Amino acid sequence: MTALDSASHRNPRTETLLIRGARLEGGGTGDLLVQDGVIAASGGTLSRAGATVIDAEGLVALPGLVDLHTHLREPGYEASETVLTGSRAAAAGGYTAVFAMPNTSPVADTAGVVEQVLALGEAAGFATVQPIGAVTVGQQGERLAELGTMADSRAQVRVFSDDGSCVWDPLIMRRALEYVKAFDGVIAQHAQDPRLTEGAQMNEGAVSAELGLAGWPAVAEESIIARDVLLAEHVGSRLHVCHLSTAGSVDIIRWAKRRGVNVTAEVTPHHLLLTDELARDYDASFKVNPPLRREEDVRAVRRGLADGTIDIVATDHAPHPAEAKACEWQTAANGMVGLESALRVVQLAMVDTGMLSWPDVARVMSRTPARIGRLRGHGTPLATGEAASLTLYDPAPTRTFSKEDLHGRSRNSPYLGRELPGEVRWTVYGGVVTVADGALLDAPGVRA
Amino acid sequence: MRHLLDTKTLSRADALEILDVAEDMADTQQREVKKLPTLRGKTVVNLFFEDSTRTRISFEAAAKRLSADVINFSAKGSSLSKGESLQDTAQTLQAMGADAVVIRHGASGASRTLATSGWITAGVVNAGDGTHEHPTQALLDAFTIRKRRFGGGSRGRDLSGVKVTIVGDILHSRVARSNVWLLDTLGAEVTLVAPPTLVPQDVSAWPARVIFDLDDAVAAEPDALMVLRIQLERMNAAYFPTEREYSRRWGLDARRLEVLPPGSMVMHPGPMNRGLEISAEAADSPRSTVLDQVTNGVSVRMAVLYLLLAGERAGGPANDEREDAS
Repeated sequence: MTALDSASHRNPRTETLLIRGARLEGGGTGDLLVQDGVIAASGGTLSRAGATVIDAEGLVALPGLVDLHTHLREPGYEASETVLTGSRAAAAGGYTAVFAMPNTSPVADTAGVVEQVLALGEAAGFATVQPIGAVTVGQQGERLAELGTMADSRAQVRVFSDDGSCVWDPLIMRRALEYVKAFDGVIAQHAQDPRLTEGAQMNEGAVSAELGLAGWPAVAEESIIARDVLLAEHVGSRLHVCHLSTAGSVDIIRWAKRRGVNVTAEVTPHHLLLTDELARDYDASFKVNPPLRREEDVRAVRRGLADGTIDIVATDHAPHPAEAKACEWQTAANGMVGLESALRVVQLAMVDTGMLSWPDVARVMSRTPARIGRLRGHGTPLATGEAASLTLYDPAPTRTFSKEDLHGRSRNSPYLGRELPGEVRWTVYGGVVTVADGALLDAPGVRA
Repeated sequence: MRHLLDTKTLSRADALEILDVAEDMADTQQREVKKLPTLRGKTVVNLFFEDSTRTRISFEAAAKRLSADVINFSAKGSSLSKGESLQDTAQTLQAMGADAVVIRHGASGASRTLATSGWITAGVVNAGDGTHEHPTQALLDAFTIRKRRFGGGSRGRDLSGVKVTIVGDILHSRVARSNVWLLDTLGAEVTLVAPPTLVPQDVSAWPARVIFDLDDAVAAEPDALMVLRIQLERMNAAYFPTEREYSRRWGLDARRLEVLPPGSMVMHPGPMNRGLEISAEAADSPRSTVLDQVTNGVSVRMAVLYLLLAGERAGGPANDEREDAS
């Protein structure tokens, strides 16, 4: 798309890189030559005079990661994050593209706002920032936003979501699903029945019963997903289910896919690792929506991701200022930052457990999210002629995750103080280096 | 004891220590001059984000009878109503030199957040946090049951084999939660009776039997029947159809009172809705412990403040100061 075109063909900051001995998707090791923003050659032993040589022995080469679910907070909530700070966090986590959710102020429900977000991403230059448009005006769930105008805008929006506000009205949902077929769009639904979750604070179950926190029942997610897959089937549309979190949701998606429903589903890193037991100290770092669930749900979403029922991992990166978390649980904001930790958490939960291979990780964190979002120039194989957006990742080290690992404006990570494997060593975005030898650059492609 | 935040994590030994110290405190309250010098120079702040005159004056009486300075800090008429954060309020109290903070808050876990945040060094007593816990209420209930049952021989005893039935809105009740954990720790057998809508969705981990029929519960001859206040606004959220139906199925009326064995005590944490969850006959019968609970509340809260503020300094309850006091 536009951002990548500029990066690959006109950006003077592209480098010629000779990556030596990386573990490639095919299984073996080999070299990659990056030049003019594209992969000029791949595999075997390569050489190029004047190229910057990167010793990638032991590093896994992944296509640049693509996050289908990011909150960048700009415009409107710049105290939490901006497009620049959020895309820096993305680069630090190995991402070269992020989809920005529309719950900004103003809401991204017009061509003007999505084009503004796109332009801010281009100016930042750390990653492609692809806006998601709101389904309804102001995310109010009442009237369709101008979906076609956003699709036709310079931002070429293909993913529409009311994000934190579930499109609850079944008729509005049906119409939205139908309407976006005109431009190959997809509705990304935050599945949450509003009546069943009034005042909800955490997963409803044994822990909420003890803590006296109002419950967010699994059925409030599952009933909406069940309705939506049936609607999608009925009108022959494309549905994407955001951050599913329960064992029952996995079963419903599995059933729907067997019936041939055109549905894709995502899970967040935190739902692959953390459980509602973490609420016991009322530490609002663990407050998120949908909430952390039971151990059996964690096992079910891992299995669902491993067997392909769940298509992708998306971060739901949700920055909040310190005061929104340093308070009573009930008052605290929902959400966690996740861009910098996602790949490491996926390694811990899925790769180190033998449930996913590295090529699988490339599929669920890059190729498929790019395909769902119809984002060209991302998620492509590391093959000759393809865009040079890639991540070199070292799975060997294990370190304590700390505030130094965070590069956005907010610090609300649930992993602070936790041991996580792996390290992003290099991120290259359209031939432009954004992370060099483990260090995030101050400006894309500008190396000391 | 550093804080008293819940009964879930309160050990049997600590619970018995509080109850036994409360016995000593109760003894001192029989004297003409009820005031003890024990906490002279200490400052206790009653930090109340919710209205609760009963609990606040009980803590206030407890602190004053131990000669502590008491500051009442209520959400109304303070900066809290203008939206000051818990953190800023806590740090203000710290700067004023509070030694103990008694907190009542509408949010579950607020007392734990206050105690673990690092904002204050004062000891924290949970005087009710949302729908989580109300530990001093459970302690005064246990004290009352023990006293009724064992009288002067109460010291050192737990509640092994005592059958306690709690009826009412379990889902929203911090009193029920604190009682379930404490009564279990003390060896009592707990039965909960409620409309199914007012029981948490998963109570499989609770050390209590859950039934829906109050007549069955009464027929099982509990040693204590604790009736919880029902909030009428629950009706609007479809928890039960009408006041009248609730009263008919889950109210302790005169008919059920007659079936209840003569030795069973009738408890209520107050304030009561007479004619709704409890009839006048039950509330005013000699079996009612309602006013004992109020009296015992002061003794138990004296014990808790004492153990928080003096116990540490003097190395435990069996110290000279307390012997002076008794």
